[in-house]
Amino acid sequence: MAKVHVTTTINGEPEEFLCEPHQSMLDALRGPLGLTGSKEGCGTGDCGACSITLDGRLVCSCLMLAVEAEGKKIGTIEGLAQGDHLHPLQQKFLEWGALQCGICTPGVLVAAKALLEKNPDPTETEVRFWLAGNLCRCTGYDKIVRAVLETAADMRRAA
Amino acid sequence: MTETRYLAAQTLDEAIGAYAAAAGAARILAGGTDLLVQMRSGVLRPGLIIDVKKIEEMTAIVPKADGGYWVGAAVSGAVLAEHKGFAATWPGVLEATNLIGSKQVQGRASIGGNLCNASPAADSVPALVAAGAVASIQGPHGRRELAVEHLPAGPGRTHLKPGEVLVGFTFPAHPKGSGDAYLRMIPRTEMDIAVVGLGVNLTLAGGKVTAARVGLGAVAPTVLLVEDAAKALIGSSLDERALDAAAAACRAACKPINDKRGTIEYRTKVAGVLLKRTALIAAERAGRK
Ligand SMILES: Cc1cc2nc3c(=O)[nH]c(=O)nc-3n(C[C@H](O)[C@H](O)[C@H](O)COP(=O)(O)OP(=O)(O)OC[C@H]3O[C@@H](n4cnc5c(N)ncnc54)[C@H](O)[C@@H]3O)c2cc1C
Ligand code: FES
Ligand code: FES
Repeated sequence: MAKVHVTTTINGEPEEFLCEPHQSMLDALRGPLGLTGSKEGCGTGDCGACSITLDGRLVCSCLMLAVEAEGKKIGTIEGLAQGDHLHPLQQKFLEWGALQCGICTPGVLVAAKALLEKNPDPTETEVRFWLAGNLCRCTGYDKIVRAVLETAADMRRAA
Repeated sequence: MTETRYLAAQTLDEAIGAYAAAAGAARILAGGTDLLVQMRSGVLRPGLIIDVKKIEEMTAIVPKADGGYWVGAAVSGAVLAEHKGFAATWPGVLEATNLIGSKQVQGRASIGGNLCNASPAADSVPALVAAGAVASIQGPHGRRELAVEHLPAGPGRTHLKPGEVLVGFTFPAHPKGSGDAYLRMIPRTEMDIAVVGLGVNLTLAGGKVTAARVGLGAVAPTVLLVEDAAKALIGSSLDERALDAAAAACRAACKPINDKRGTIEYRTKVAGVLLKRTALIAAERAGRK
């Protein structure tokens, strides 16, 4: 089958890869690109474990074709930490135990980061609605929501 | 297994040319939130996927001189919600598009895709019908305009002819004293399919309704324009009697199915309840004291 050559930017770095035209971005990330932080919970847009940003906008990578990455800027969970330096959201999730099995966590973090970039001072309701597309079978959500609100407060104080 | 090809069409002519030439083997890709799910489930393996998101006309939001709007068919709900002018004019249309899935889904899902996917429960469609939005369609034999309510033909089917692409929507000017609203009833508060969806768009002058449109979803094979409900509202001050008559017209228009989300009786009853609630929200937005 004829593969397509895609040139894109992932977490600020230029990248090239080969994919099949019907392949999802999630498959390309986890396959040829070796970025396995994004998870597949459902493959049908329901769980949010595959959340990435596409030109800064939050999307499900399972509902995007890999060929659509051509010329775009992709952001994944691997881009959150700077070297050994965790993103404040990651740090807070660890401190507060806002994860258990961790399968949903990369998607939650990518989604939460996108929220705080758009709205640095969200209400609890706004956080809950924004994260409604990120399903978690373990935590019961409360610690996730608290950790996001607390990180937002820290980041506002630091700004 | 047939091979799938991908084309990022740069112009409308290129998209239509390829679409018509593929004779049924091709699919248009807007946000892909329906298409990719169908491909993954194995229902669909298109020979050609034509991405229309590089076509300027299909991704533009353009305020018109008369106060109306052009919205490209492939504009995502998230982008539409960020357009301040459109958001101020058509809060009901946005209310409906912002109910489509999660933030992730809204980042991609388009109102064009919502309409062309032709689900009877598509959330944006009753609001588009109420708004009086007109679909611009272009195919190998030229361009035509069609009121949104005439585009769906049944569950999963549209009146688009072979090779025809939905280019975008024209929203009419919203006269002073107008307001629109959309409500849906679902078993949970987020991320579910409508049991009933209802859009109202109306104009008030001196406390009386001078114009109204009602779009009703999820209770028939296609989204409906309920003209009898509009007639019951027009000329009234939205008093109890007018609202009762309009609610009865909505119940009469229902031809729903029984399923796990709601029985025929339940859906029919809810259609009437939603009409009253939605009309009052639209009236408040129209400036009713
Ligand atoms: C998790 C999840 C939750 C969802 N929740 C909701 C919900 O609450 N309410 C709701 O209404 N929907 C919901 N949907 C369905 C879907 O997101 C919407 O129908 C969406 O608006 C489709 O738009 P799209 O741009 O992604 O369409 P696509 O998937 O790109 O296209 C849909 C169909 O229309 C055709 N098409 C698209 N654009 C055109 C065009 N311009 N001309 C001709 N044909 C075209 C495509 O070929 C395809 O057959 C949900 C989907 C998911 C995955
Ligand atoms: S894997 Fe993409 S939403 Fe579940
Ligand atoms: S921590 Fe297990 S799914 Fe969220």
